[in-house]
Parts: sequence; structure tokens; C-alpha cells
Amino acid sequence: MNENIGTVFDVVGVLLGVILVGAYLTWLERRLIGIWQDRLGPNRVGPFGLGQVVADMVKIFMKEDWIPPFVDKPVFILAPAVIMVTVLMSFAVIPFAPDVGVIDLNIGLLFVLAFTSLSVYSAVLAGYASNNKYALMGSLRAAAQTVSYEVFMGISLMGVVMLTGSFNLREIVEAQEGGWFCFSQIFGLLVFMVAAVAETHRTPFDLPEAEHEIVAGFHTEYSGMKFGMFFVGEYVSVLLSSAMVVVLFFGGWLGPDILPPLAWFSLKTFVFICLFILLRAALPRPRYDQLMAFGWKVMLPVALINLVITGGLALAFGG
Amino acid sequence: MLNDRLRGMLKLNDEQRALLRRMQSILTSQLTGMWLVLTHTFTKADTIQYPEQQPVLSPRYRGRIVLTRDPDGMERCVACNLCAVACPVDCIALQKTEDESGRWFPEFFRINFSRCIMCGFCEEACPTYSIQLTPDFEMCEHNRQNMVYEKEDLLIDGPGKYHEYNFYRVAGKSVGGKDKGQAENEAEPIDVKSLLP
Repeated sequence: MNENIGTVFDVVGVLLGVILVGAYLTWLERRLIGIWQDRLGPNRVGPFGLGQVVADMVKIFMKEDWIPPFVDKPVFILAPAVIMVTVLMSFAVIPFAPDVGVIDLNIGLLFVLAFTSLSVYSAVLAGYASNNKYALMGSLRAAAQTVSYEVFMGISLMGVVMLTGSFNLREIVEAQEGGWFCFSQIFGLLVFMVAAVAETHRTPFDLPEAEHEIVAGFHTEYSGMKFGMFFVGEYVSVLLSSAMVVVLFFGGWLGPDILPPLAWFSLKTFVFICLFILLRAALPRPRYDQLMAFGWKVMLPVALINLVITGGLALAFGG
Repeated sequence: MLNDRLRGMLKLNDEQRALLRRMQSILTSQLTGMWLVLTHTFTKADTIQYPEQQPVLSPRYRGRIVLTRDPDGMERCVACNLCAVACPVDCIALQKTEDESGRWFPEFFRINFSRCIMCGFCEEACPTYSIQLTPDFEMCEHNRQNMVYEKEDLLIDGPGKYHEYNFYRVAGKSVGGKDKGQAENEAEPIDVKSLLP
């Protein structure tokens, strides 16, 4: 057996853990937004309202899973599966701790970028298959937004890759023993954070599903568990983005010995999940042209300048 | 040399400077907003967890309607029908009757709370402070018919919000035990015929 590949225990554990945490993020988000709006959020079902997730699951499974007669049926059914598959696949290469992880891939970072790019197919196919003008508008927005933000998402990470000399996420974490990349790659971090929010289609970049403008965007026609798949997919990609920020810029599992590595990783990821939720609680949604202008005129130049400066410094001082 | 060229490159014209200032103001406003939201982590929630925690309602809250009694313990309602007329949803029904002393009171008094919109117009219309709204809103029923309250359901023992008022003591109407001119602040009736020359 290849030593780079985790055991069955790792695989099942990561899969179940990620889906479970993704589901509980719905609870966390509602509680946190509640607290920030001087409310309480769901606190009735079980201790601290933790049973809310179970109740929501039961509800969403009992709901009628209606497929409208005018949709392109196979594509309509396929679309929600795409987002789950692509996002969950990305977790295969995430190094959770020195001895926890599904696979140790030498192109790990490219793998993640590739799969986050593929996840846009979910929104595009859903909007296309729905045969509904608002859904199509949503998916067009999703496509344009993802294509724009994908560009500098990749570029912003090249600084990290240059400093490490590897695409392997495990090696990137190990390269941060001397100092986290969040200091040397501060612009890379900022650009990546913005791009990550845009990739997950969350407020303030939730234009593909902007309910005030285009009903519910690409998932207008979805109901029941198919809608639930989009929903959970979004939360799992929040988890993925937070984990990626931690791995690439905040030293992954590294930390003082008072806590085990996995705990450090979880703690840091949790902080960034809270930051994602804070963004949603605080920031308004920009206009669509502002979104595009911001991406191409601000973020892309910043990412390129960061790349050039990092490259120059790496050449001058690096080995 | 190089320094001068760098400085030349970094020199901004007015348009660029305005753009930079605008971007800075956008950035600070976003960060201020995020910080403001974050500080609300430590503020107390406004939520009142209702069934366990009871809300504090003002005495003038418009809830369940009652019929009050005057300080002597008699029914205040004189069955004038003004409340039923004022009611915009026609949920009040009553019938006037009289006792042997000449006092008016309702034979029946019925409020259909499944129609009532708690507007309080009946309370405003009432000339005897009889009908009053109370700070009680917990009146759910499984059976719609149970929302129809009869007089014995509406009538309470006390005077409600107006402790001293007694209609028959200030009104000029003569009832048993109180004749014309015997009400508070009422002058004796004038015998018109005695004024004849």
C-alpha cells in the first residue's frame, strides 16, 4: 500500500467529519449572526440548539423533492451532486495534521484550485437546466464571477508556492515552521481571502443567488434535498476555504505543544469560519459591475505586484 | 538618479489621488462596519424567551377585552351599543335590558375574539369606562367557537383602569335610590312652571 495514501479510517473520518461540520456550520452561522444582531439564534432544540441541525435534516428529507416539468431533468439532478463532489474531493489533499489526511499529493494546491474551478459547473448547470430566466441570470453571474476571481486566486497563491518551492500542501505547512506566510505574504493572504469568499458565493459576493434581485439565483427551482445539497455544499466550501487559508498562510497544524496538531488546525479553521460569517453579518452586497471592476482593477494588480515582489525577493535572497 | 526616477513613478496626479482616497474611505467604512458588528458579541440580546420569560406589557396594552364594574360592584355597561357601532369588524353583539330600579344593563354581551382586531375603538367609544382592553394576549383556542366570549366570560370584579368612576353617580338619569338632581355636581331640577309671572 502506498504510504502517501491514508487508511480507510482516514478517508471515512474525513468524509464524515467534513459533512458533519458542514452541516453544523448552518447552526453556527445562525447562532453567530443572531448574537451579532442582538438576538439569540436557534437555541431551542437540544442543548444550545445543537439539535436544530437534526431537525432541519428531518424536515428537508420529508419535503417534496419537486422536479418541475419544464427542466432538463438529467442535468437538473446532476447539478447539486457536482458541488458536493467537487468540494469534498478537495478535502482529499488537505493536511489536517502530520498523520491525518487522505492523500499526500505533490500537486495538492493545483488539485484544490482545479476542483474549486469545477464547482462552478454546479451553479452553471443548475441555472441552465432550470429553464428559468432568474436561474439563468444567477448562473451567468456565477460563471463570470468565478472566472474573474479564479484568475487572481491562483496568482495570489503563487507567492506561497515560490517561498516553499512545492505544490504539496503538506510541504507548504512544513515550510512555515520558521514563520507563517501570513506575514511575508500579507497581500497574497488578503487577495486569497477575497477570492475565497467570492468562490464560495457568500455575502458580500453572493450575487449568483442574490435574493433581492434574482429570486434565489441558480437554485430558484430547487426544493427538498436537492436544495439542501446546494446549501450544504456552500457550507462545506466555506470550511474548505477556511482550511485552505489556514494551511497556506497560518501554518496549518503548527502551534505550541500545549495542544495536539489536529486541535490547532481545527481552532485556526474555526476562527476563519467565524470571520466568513462576520463578513456576511456586516457587509452589504456590491453592484454587479462594482464586483467585476473590483476583481479586475484592484485585486488582479495587487496579486500581480505581490507575485513580482515575492519573486524578486526570492531570487535575491533565496537559495 | 534612481531615487528621482522612482519618485517620478510614484508621483500621482489629482485623479489618481482622488481614486486612492475613495478606495481608502471604502475600505475604512467596511472595516468599521465589521468591527461594529463584532463588538455586538458582547452586548446583551434583546430577545425575551417568551413562554419562560414573560414580557413586560404596559397597562395600556391592547389585549383581551373585559367588562368592568363600578366601585359599588355594579355592572358599568349601560348597553348603549356605541362599542358595537364603533367596532370596525362588527365583533360585538349585545342586547339592552332594564332592572326594576331603572338601571340599564346588557341582557347579553358577546365578543367574537376570532374577529376582534384589538383596535381599542370600543374602549374609546364607551361613555361609562365599562369596556376596557387589558395587557393579556394569551387567548389561543383549538376550537374557534371557544373564541366567542359571553358576558360572564368578559365581566370582571374590579373597576379596571378607572377606580373611582361611577356613571350613575354623575349622570342625571334617575335610578332606584337616586332621583333627579341628586347626582354629583348636579343642580336641583328647576320647576319651569314656578317661574311664570
